[in-house]
Amino acid sequence: MTNAWTDIKNTDLVIVMGGNAAEAHPCGFKWVTEAKAHRGAKLIVVDPRYTRTASVADYYAPIRPGSDIAFLMGAIRWCMENDKVHWDYVRAFTNASFLVREDFGWSDGLFTGYDEEKRDFDKSSWDYQIGEDGFALRDPTLEDPRCVWQMLKKHVDVYTPDFVENITGTPRDKFLTVCQMIGETSAPDRTMTSMYALGWTQHSKGAQNIRGMAMLQLILGNIGVRGGGMNALRGHSNIQGLTDIGLMSNLIPGYLNIPTEKEPDWETYLSTRSFKPLQPGQTSYWQNYPKFMVSFLKAMWGDAATAENDWAYEYLPKLDVPAYDILRMFELMNHDRVNLYFCQGFNPMLSIPNREKVTRGLSRLKMLVVMDPLSTETSHFWQNHGAHNDVDTASIQTEVLELPTTCFAEDEGALVNSGRWLQWHWPGATPPGEAKYDTWIMAQIFLRVRELYRQEGGAFPDPILNLTWNYADPEEPSPAELAREMNGRALADLTDPATGAPVLQAGQQVSSFGQLRDDGTTMAGCWIYAGSWTEDGNMMARRDNSDPDDTGMFLNWAFAWPANRRILYNRASADLQGKPWDPSRKLIEWNGERWVGYDIPDIAPTAPPDVVGPFIMNQEGVSRLFSRGMMRDGPFPTHMEPFESPMANVFNPRMRGNPVARMFESDAGRLGSSDEFPFVATSYRLTEHFHYWTKHNPVNAALQPEFFVEISEELAAERGIAKGGRVRVWSKRGQVWAKAVVTKRIRPMTCDGKIVHVVGIPLHWGFMGAAKKGWGPNSLTPFVGDANVDTPEFKAFLVNIEPAAEEPVA
Amino acid sequence: MNIDLSRRGFLRLAGAGVAATSLGAMGFGEAEAAEAAQVRTFRLATTTETRNTCPYCSVACGIIMYSKGDVKAGETAELLHIEGDADHPTNRGTLCPKGAALKDFVHAPTRLTHPRIRKPGSDRFEEITWDEALDRIARAMKDDRDANFIASNEAGVPVNRWTTTGFLAASASTNETAWLTYKTVRSMGIVGFDNQARV
Repeated sequence: MTNAWTDIKNTDLVIVMGGNAAEAHPCGFKWVTEAKAHRGAKLIVVDPRYTRTASVADYYAPIRPGSDIAFLMGAIRWCMENDKVHWDYVRAFTNASFLVREDFGWSDGLFTGYDEEKRDFDKSSWDYQIGEDGFALRDPTLEDPRCVWQMLKKHVDVYTPDFVENITGTPRDKFLTVCQMIGETSAPDRTMTSMYALGWTQHSKGAQNIRGMAMLQLILGNIGVRGGGMNALRGHSNIQGLTDIGLMSNLIPGYLNIPTEKEPDWETYLSTRSFKPLQPGQTSYWQNYPKFMVSFLKAMWGDAATAENDWAYEYLPKLDVPAYDILRMFELMNHDRVNLYFCQGFNPMLSIPNREKVTRGLSRLKMLVVMDPLSTETSHFWQNHGAHNDVDTASIQTEVLELPTTCFAEDEGALVNSGRWLQWHWPGATPPGEAKYDTWIMAQIFLRVRELYRQEGGAFPDPILNLTWNYADPEEPSPAELAREMNGRALADLTDPATGAPVLQAGQQVSSFGQLRDDGTTMAGCWIYAGSWTEDGNMMARRDNSDPDDTGMFLNWAFAWPANRRILYNRASADLQGKPWDPSRKLIEWNGERWVGYDIPDIAPTAPPDVVGPFIMNQEGVSRLFSRGMMRDGPFPTHMEPFESPMANVFNPRMRGNPVARMFESDAGRLGSSDEFPFVATSYRLTEHFHYWTKHNPVNAALQPEFFVEISEELAAERGIAKGGRVRVWSKRGQVWAKAVVTKRIRPMTCDGKIVHVVGIPLHWGFMGAAKKGWGPNSLTPFVGDANVDTPEFKAFLVNIEPAAEEPVA
Repeated sequence: MNIDLSRRGFLRLAGAGVAATSLGAMGFGEAEAAEAAQVRTFRLATTTETRNTCPYCSVACGIIMYSKGDVKAGETAELLHIEGDADHPTNRGTLCPKGAALKDFVHAPTRLTHPRIRKPGSDRFEEITWDEALDRIARAMKDDRDANFIASNEAGVPVNRWTTTGFLAASASTNETAWLTYKTVRSMGIVGFDNQARV
């Protein structure tokens, strides 16, 4: 989230598209209710299903799964055409005026530079025209045909209301009503918040869905303000934290990058990360990259990381592919190229697409280690459960170790919520039986491997032998020690380079990332968490819930990264003179000398308002309506069909799905066509269940005991399916049996002259736990992900459905 | 403002107060004492309160856990009840149908309590000690790493990659677990590293 749950009360309009907060985030959704009750805010829901969020909406519009980009580009077109633009904001705070290279273009659904064989774009033309002074050329009048504004206008021109209706199935009048409601928030004193979740991410072009709305919000001037923002609701309780700390193939904590083979040495690595400003006088905060990176390497390898050895840069792995993400790893397993696999609180048997392939992959491992509080499907993948897990147990040679861990009630530490709040929690129960803390387990694994390397030597042991491990009890590092390590501390006495005044003594915790250095005199495991555990103690444990003037900021409650800031880009809440766009919703303002207000300014406190742009992390100093070559599938979002779709791409019938999304050869043959699989399926969640966990809880298992699929009355009639009757649903990858819930909540829609039926498939059942055995959507979904981040396409795929006479034979 | 007086203390005071004032005012002497003895103590009055956050979605509602026994005092503690934390700015005491049933998640019949091993081809899990389990894991990792570690690529560039072992991290574990996991996985050169955010 750019903002926070408690800030949603400040909005005028909520648009829930790509999410279902009333069901999936009920206690956060109450802030929508607050905004409606106390501000008279309105709620729009755009969703294939009439969800419980839709049931309390002021306006609901249906949409075909996987067609959101067409809707959003249509909305941008409508706002541009009808002058619903926050002009001062767009001119000053976006790259609308930047000139784009002459050789950039778009035709037949593709941007310039497409290479069909490589399934990739040559992105060199997706850039600004750069002047001799090294700065981007601009046309402040926004009239130059090559300026971003005019290029965007041209790009969205095709998305007329008729075009949008044809692609999305959203009736034209409903689409226009939504546009009108959204357009009202272009006024400086009106704002809209976007709440989205997996309904936008789980597509082969998920990142472009989100960019589409982010661009719309920028055009309306709704980013950086109270009650505005792009608010990813996020899933699990610490999915934000795990991402912040970089537990991904290609990440280093704080959104730094693991090097690639093309960056064999430190100098080359830094050379592409200079982040030179593209406009005069801009902050371009990533210029501090070396400080964060050196502090990270010092946290990892301490005295073994020196200026002479380039801070042990050699110790880091260098990638030969963009990422060894989970889909790639299961692909490699299927080719016998993975031997050991660890699942720490992760249940891929139900969460990774094409369960048959997942099972085959796990069956080819030598060893699978599962650490979990619960007995999961993954740890039992080898066990035959009849139709629910029909495997040949004796033939599976994988050794499985199932390790019992503690759960939240028994452990201590911080979780990061969707609003980037790091909240500390304390243990209140004794772990059951021999269950152990994850920290103890990880320490044991590390220490035992290190001991083997000490005794036996072996392949490049240096990064293991030299890893910093100076905990009071090496066998069990404490949460406090680990949190302090992430925050960072001075390794030598630090003085202010300008004044010579003392800043920190050696050994003292840093209080902000501004104190980090690139000369080896500081360390910090995760620079964005600097300030979370300072010399004043654990800031994440703060519990002062006072909120002066009821702004919803709660600055003394826990700690928010970065720098305890509650609303990102909050400089953009004020105009070029530093006065709030909406005085009744003041966030920060320029008092003639510095920025002051209710939040920590997202800019240097003394940076003059008319010089330094609000988007300090960008080289431009402004936000990007045109994202240059930063995304693999285009600098503007363009309509793409899902890989399995009832209709061809209207721009280019030859193009299937996202033209640059990665598709493994063996999976390409497992895509279905609409002749064989005429219905669009989409996965979803229920308010009574949390993923695959709560089916282990007898209370929740009783509330929603049995797997079902949801279909319209029309589809039920067409296929002869009775209410509550049993059905078989199958795709090119697998089949499931379920009860049919026949409702008015899903209605057929018309796209490209064809009737499109939607089948809703909730995801809470498996073969372990207290609920009745069932299946999840991953038995059916395709093994393909988003082109930028490889998040699997769970929200739009094709199935067939028929009545099933009886229970499958177990 | 935070409620300084804990609920436990407040209810204990309130309960006794109601009995004393209403009966005392009416002048019932001994009956008053007898009645006071009948006032049930609040069930949670003898419990330890602990602040925590709900482990499900990322709204991260504040919760209060009530336990018999105090973990911080080194005692064995049994979780008896969980309720929403009225002091928490986000949820202000409310919980959803998932959070409201949290106690029974902690006590789920399928909670794991002992390390177990399923041997190749076997149709069952068998119990194993922690030491045995961890030694097996460390041995397997060392052997696999030594056999398959890629120190440099064909061009002779040091790449220090280990691709034949992968690690999936959780999404509800703490930051501190995440950091220790990160250190362990990265120091060994594992690149098949991912977390639940991917899906």
